[in-house]
Amino acid sequence: MSGDGSVTVRDLSVRFGRGSQAVHAVRGVSFSVAPGESFGLVGESGSGKSTVLRVLAGLNQDWQGTATISGLDVASGDRRLPRIAQMVFQDPYASLHPRHTVDRTLAEPLAIHGIGDASRRVEQALMAVGLGPGFRFRYPNQLSGGQRQRVAIARALMLEPSVLLLDEPTSALDVSVQAEILNLLHRLRRERGLTMLLVSHNLAVIAHMCDRLAVMNRGAIVEEMAVAALRRGEPREAYTRQLLLASLGYDRAVAASMVSYD
Amino acid sequence: MTPLLEIEDLRVSFPTPTGPFDAVRGVSFSLGRERLGIVGESGSGKSLTGRSILRLLPANAALSARRLTFDGTDLLSAPTRTLRALRGSRIGLVLQDPKYSLNPVMRVGEQIAEAARIHGGVSAAEARRRALAMLEAVRIRDPERVFGLYPHEVSGGMGQRIMIAMMLVPEPDLLIADEPTSALDVTVQMQVLAILDDLVARRGMGLIFISHDLDLVSSFCDRVLVMYAGRVVEERNARDLAGATHPYTRGLLQSLPRIDDERAELPTLSRDPAWRDG
Repeated sequence: MSGDGSVTVRDLSVRFGRGSQAVHAVRGVSFSVAPGESFGLVGESGSGKSTVLRVLAGLNQDWQGTATISGLDVASGDRRLPRIAQMVFQDPYASLHPRHTVDRTLAEPLAIHGIGDASRRVEQALMAVGLGPGFRFRYPNQLSGGQRQRVAIARALMLEPSVLLLDEPTSALDVSVQAEILNLLHRLRRERGLTMLLVSHNLAVIAHMCDRLAVMNRGAIVEEMAVAALRRGEPREAYTRQLLLASLGYDRAVAASMVSYD
Repeated sequence: MTPLLEIEDLRVSFPTPTGPFDAVRGVSFSLGRERLGIVGESGSGKSLTGRSILRLLPANAALSARRLTFDGTDLLSAPTRTLRALRGSRIGLVLQDPKYSLNPVMRVGEQIAEAARIHGGVSAAEARRRALAMLEAVRIRDPERVFGLYPHEVSGGMGQRIMIAMMLVPEPDLLIADEPTSALDVTVQMQVLAILDDLVARRGMGLIFISHDLDLVSSFCDRVLVMYAGRVVEERNARDLAGATHPYTRGLLQSLPRIDDERAELPTLSRDPAWRDG
């Protein structure tokens, strides 16, 4: 049911608004992710990286181009799509319903897709993300930020997808909690052969989690590269080099040499 | 030379149904004309420490200290009027989120000019000129246009630079910056830090830079305090943060993913109850 887990995007274009007010948020973006691969989209705010992810998750329905997941056309709204690709959002304080228990949050996707055996599946999912059964009947306000993000990941796993779409999954968390969540995602990917598409502004997180990455600026992909090349400090484009330098900490000379790529 | 700021045994606690909760437990440090970083995770008490200096704590907070002086003024016993004269004009505070710090019904330029007028005691025309110059200094490209915008019309990054401009225009002697660049893109962050750097170097401003970002603090500040559970567990020269000896600091440093390493698993922190007191 969950398909091979490949993702392809061709000439994706997204506009918000009309006429002179229109914002061209994504401009002709193309990339593909092989089954089981982990691919990063990195960029600054407004670069269009999250919009690409939202198109793939079916959350943005007004776009041009081609996008497929496991060979299924994302535009078709095929009911199988949510069972193949699931999304984890940035802010676990906002993405969980405050008046639903963990149990209800996790069981809902099963009910929608008519999958039985909910009780056992909920317990399994909680175990998979490192939360014991003791968390099952808690409300989000009884959980820390890291525990909430684990619940959000468990929810994304309920339909046993082959693709995880991750939108800044650790940027709202403390660094020690970030390490726990990144380790969890690593382990889930290894155990389940998941394809991951990770959006982040943090180059170090992308380098840690991904095999390849694409750098976005103003709605377009500036360059696509292997993480190994990033580690060697070998980006081709000046924009990526600047982003890399700025990510390495404060340096007076680097700050003075910054140029605008708007 | 006497330090700009002296703090000894600072404590902040909050009443709870089960007795007082001690959020800051005996913090001491002094600050000269330098860049001091305070790092720690959420709940470590770093923000409360910063706000205590301005005596801007929630009404139910209990503040005590053996010593809390700014440039010779005892902040603990100072009357409200003295504190108001210090806040904004001599001690500035930049908060993380401009959404809650800017007045939503006032043009951003007017807010900066107001700060120059009230704290700098200059004429309206001069205040406007200074506001525009400060907008330019925080790398806002079209200051005249941005001057007339309302807070909802600017992006988060621009709002943060406007906040910083507003705090810097009275030319304070001490700036407390609580996560001032966390909401900014890395390239803008670098430019904003360069502005703060200049102010410390040129005007001898003292800076308290509160952040959760260890790498940033170690590259930007002169000295770093590491806070855990309301206490300073370690103090180091910023350049030497990598040589930290406290297990909490070491744990934090090791749990950071880095661009140039290939560890599959990041070491996670197991918190030792002894760190609360050790």
